[in-house]
Amino acid sequence: MRDVVVVGAGPAGCSVAKELADDGHDVVVFEKRQEIGAPKRCGEGISTSAMDDLALDIPENCRMQSINGALVFSPNGDNVVIDSGQTVGWIVERKMFDKWMAVRAAESGAEIRAKSEVVDLLPDNKGVVVNTYEGREEIESKMVIAAGGVESIIARKAGVRDQSYTSLVDSGYQYEMANLELKDKNKLELYFGDEIAPRGYVWVFPKGDNVANVGIGISGEMEETAKYYLDKFLEKSDRFDDASIVEVNSGMIPVGGFLGDMAAENFLVVGDAANQVNPIHGGGIREGIKAGKIASEVASRCLSEDDTSKENLKEYNDMWWDRRGRDLVKVENLREVLEDLDDDDLNYLAKKLEGEDLMDFTRGKRLSKLGKLLMKRPKMIKSARKLI
Amino acid sequence: MVWKINRDRCLRCGGCVGVCPVQALHLTENGVIIDEERCVECGNCEKICPVGAISLDGDEE
Repeated sequence: MRDVVVVGAGPAGCSVAKELADDGHDVVVFEKRQEIGAPKRCGEGISTSAMDDLALDIPENCRMQSINGALVFSPNGDNVVIDSGQTVGWIVERKMFDKWMAVRAAESGAEIRAKSEVVDLLPDNKGVVVNTYEGREEIESKMVIAAGGVESIIARKAGVRDQSYTSLVDSGYQYEMANLELKDKNKLELYFGDEIAPRGYVWVFPKGDNVANVGIGISGEMEETAKYYLDKFLEKSDRFDDASIVEVNSGMIPVGGFLGDMAAENFLVVGDAANQVNPIHGGGIREGIKAGKIASEVASRCLSEDDTSKENLKEYNDMWWDRRGRDLVKVENLREVLEDLDDDDLNYLAKKLEGEDLMDFTRGKRLSKLGKLLMKRPKMIKSARKLI
Repeated sequence: MVWKINRDRCLRCGGCVGVCPVQALHLTENGVIIDEERCVECGNCEKICPVGAISLDGDEE
């Protein structure tokens, strides 16, 4: 019998697997895809503050472009420039990054098995049924950790999550484009507006001199598709006319709905499968790895005590809510307020705000400043109160 | 009425699987499979699909 089965070899799964293996536990990670990290469902950005927080020393060959700020465009085309004067983030190559995370976990002693799809849980979550080259296998373990992304059926089978609600997810679509003229290769470009991306934004994340991830996230409840809106955006600007599409990506992005209870008997859930994503920018790498680390702390203790009951594992809930959940709920509140803004409101804010304000807001900091500005917009008074 | 998946459009991202309330959808290496016995025709999958690959065939125009 193995100690732990991890379902999914993304950043969350590899994070929890590495930490548990480092603690001497016997871990196996099953990944349904034949290639870890591909195709990506991600804009590939990660901040240096997240890397510091996670002690994540990403190798040079995974880092495609350093980022020192952003150009934020309001619906009327005005923009706010965020310039930190130093590197505040990186655009990574997920194919390389995820593989590196998996290699690191393997080097710590975890066993990684690609092209092995977990299809069911054994009774009491003490192992899994997995489809491999050899056919169906049953793997017994003391506990299971689900890290299978938004489509994770295992977390649902264990009863720790319901489906995702269309109101709490965004629909995402992206082209990786080459031969593209970038405004500033060290800055993210973000475009807001109801016509451009309802409830979301269009992003241009540079991956080198003339390559970028050009993507969109929109509300999961729109009539038209994310592809429709992104194609419309690209048509409006001639700078994309000569660009080539070298990769097409899509995905569903959780933007809220954090789970109060992420533990069951012999079972935990981490990452996108637990909706652990920043509800404003939709970034999930940091949250997945962070949750993986927290889950490993708790699971490691419980395994050492030979008690992986829900009662013992549920400390993970408290620790995650304490270290991440409470801040992320503030960010979720902010998203709800922003959702009510129309293009006039956004144009108004673009005039009133500085780059540093926006940086703080996405971290859930100094939201009262935004609240006070919105109090001056009569129809926004009610939502503005949520921020003060 | 039957849900149809346009395999030319589907990017196998699994978004539809995540919003299905009855686990009627399943993402495999070969694409998404719909279990029509389970489907309750709620339309969540059609709404979330970023590329318009899912549609209800025989829907009124």
